[in-house]
Amino acid sequence: MSKFSDWFNKRFPAREFIRASMTQYYAPKNFNILYYAGSLLLLMIVLQLLSGFLLMAHYVATSQDAFNSVQGIMYDTKWGWLIRYMHVDGVSLIFILLYAHMLRGILYGSFREPRELLWIIGYLIYIMMMGEAFLGYVLPFGNLSYWAGQVITSILHAIPFIGPQLTMLARGGPGIGTATLQRFLALHVVLWFLIIAALIVMHLVALHQVGSNNPDGIEIKEHKRPDGIPLDGIPFHPYYTVKDFFGVGVWLTIFAAIILYAPTMHGIFLEKNTFFRANPMVSLPDVTPPWYLAPYYAMLRAIPNKYWGIGLMGLAIVLPFSLPWLDRNPVRSSRYRPWYRTMIIIMGITFLVLVWVGEQPPLPKYFLIERLGAAIYIGFYVLLPIVSSIEPTRAVPERVTR
Amino acid sequence: MRKVWIGLLVAILFAGNVSLARAVTLTAPQYVFNKATVREGTLLFMDHCSACHSIHSLRYERLETDLGMPKAQIIKSIMLSSNANFLEGMRPTMTQADAKAWFGIAAPDLSHIVRAEGQRWVYTYLTSFYWDPKRPSGWNNRVVPAVAMPDVLAPWEGIYSKNGQVLHRGRLTPAAYHRKVADIVAFLRYTSDPSYFKRHNLGPYVLGSLIILSLLAYLLKRNYWRDVHK
Ligand code: HEM
Repeated sequence: MSKFSDWFNKRFPAREFIRASMTQYYAPKNFNILYYAGSLLLLMIVLQLLSGFLLMAHYVATSQDAFNSVQGIMYDTKWGWLIRYMHVDGVSLIFILLYAHMLRGILYGSFREPRELLWIIGYLIYIMMMGEAFLGYVLPFGNLSYWAGQVITSILHAIPFIGPQLTMLARGGPGIGTATLQRFLALHVVLWFLIIAALIVMHLVALHQVGSNNPDGIEIKEHKRPDGIPLDGIPFHPYYTVKDFFGVGVWLTIFAAIILYAPTMHGIFLEKNTFFRANPMVSLPDVTPPWYLAPYYAMLRAIPNKYWGIGLMGLAIVLPFSLPWLDRNPVRSSRYRPWYRTMIIIMGITFLVLVWVGEQPPLPKYFLIERLGAAIYIGFYVLLPIVSSIEPTRAVPERVTR
Repeated sequence: MRKVWIGLLVAILFAGNVSLARAVTLTAPQYVFNKATVREGTLLFMDHCSACHSIHSLRYERLETDLGMPKAQIIKSIMLSSNANFLEGMRPTMTQADAKAWFGIAAPDLSHIVRAEGQRWVYTYLTSFYWDPKRPSGWNNRVVPAVAMPDVLAPWEGIYSKNGQVLHRGRLTPAAYHRKVADIVAFLRYTSDPSYFKRHNLGPYVLGSLIILSLLAYLLKRNYWRDVHK
């Protein structure tokens, strides 16, 4: 090593850090495609920070000018369309990655002991991301922004005793206006974002403490070489750095293709009602949330009573926290648990149907689907402790399979 | 694993196929979306629509930089409003006050109309006017009932009754008329997203470079992983 690097490392543990978390950090060698999502999420968060920073240089947080300033970015700012499409489409792509990342955790039992905390921190990030997305959604102040802000802040109203005051606090006044935009902007770019960043750091620290799970759901640390290195482990660097670099290449190709050829994704990533200026006089017949929040909205509507609906939605959002304690089977991965796997497939389909139905206008004909979907969603968590303690399992291999 | 993917795929297909029935079926305009079509549509819009409607978000200069229209032509036949400025957004020739007095409401800005309503909607709206003596203007529309806008294109389209009978023949054949409207819709599609041509020009280069990068990354990965897969 050069003199400078010796000098530097005496004062800052860079070399040690790279050893402990990259070159001598061992990960299972059998990761599959779902394991790309984690590193891609890190990439996307950085890109959101970058595009968001550039957007903020042109955005004006007043009810008068917000809409125009965003259109100014789209029409008049050099490369403004690229910046905004990156930021808007980036959100949908992040949620696609988040769902893939969580599906992976459920499929292979990655939330199980000793990774409970890793799972909980991860799920906290997901909940914070939903909030971050909502805060950002209101900022361009299209008509959908206005009504989404109105509807979501009014949910706070349902909180006993302090509800009305909380709603007032969230809005910065009785209605949605400049004060709302300014506090939402402050939350979106400072406080909320910093909490997410801190949680991501904690997520990675927890991951390195317990090590990665893998598609077989078995512990690689149980079979070690005499020198203590897991037989089925490979150093994160260079193996997974080159692999993840390939993932980044493919993912950026997809991202660029969306931005260049389908930036609104047919109104799914950037909805039609965001192209009307906010107008308190024109209420939208069907304020529906963006696709990634739609399942919860569908469950909210499944019960006609506002309070029970909000209660069901809240329950649906917090239930995944309990997964590590609901699953009782000694085997982790669904690869060796046919019943559990079937439950996940049904749950996955149900979730997608809830995405779809949550985007539909509030018509009675969807009621049955919403209720059935909510019942299956909740049913998954009710059945899991029972099924997992009685289900038959297949023989689990000693060492990871390829 | 495979079963999971198939299950999810089936769910997506199922969800995609169930669509909402609408009151009026919307038809898609037929045009080739390129700069020539949009230039054609720009001139038509100026002739028939810009008396009342602004395109606030789009500056006149963009017609030169994006579409390659000569500046002289823009000044002569596009900047019709007396207070139009080459570097500012496109204005209507009529003042808001006049518009209110004549039609009851000022005509809306059309910068984002195609993004907001979809081009099928705009096209069907423009081809769905019918004669309705009960309305103050004499016009009604199947897409927007009790519409305030008159059918400015009637001299070309002809006049139809509610059930589709020709009351008065237009200067153009129906086919030629529909092409004309389609060009106007193409122009409005451009104004609602003027980055279109730039994005599509960049596309092959950006995607090409990223695909090459991915291929190289793949070869690198395969090389490193050779000893893992022994
Ligand atoms: C922006 C958000 C997130 C980032 C940047 C992130 C990042 C990462 C990274 C880099 C890894 C290691 C690579 C991998 O296994 O894919 C990982 C693993 C993991 N994450 Fe996340 N994550 C995020 C959100 C979440 C969420 C929402 C959850 C769950 C609710 C979660 C649960 C897990 C679990 C359980 C693992 C270990 C998986 C295993 O070893 O099988 N993460 N995360």
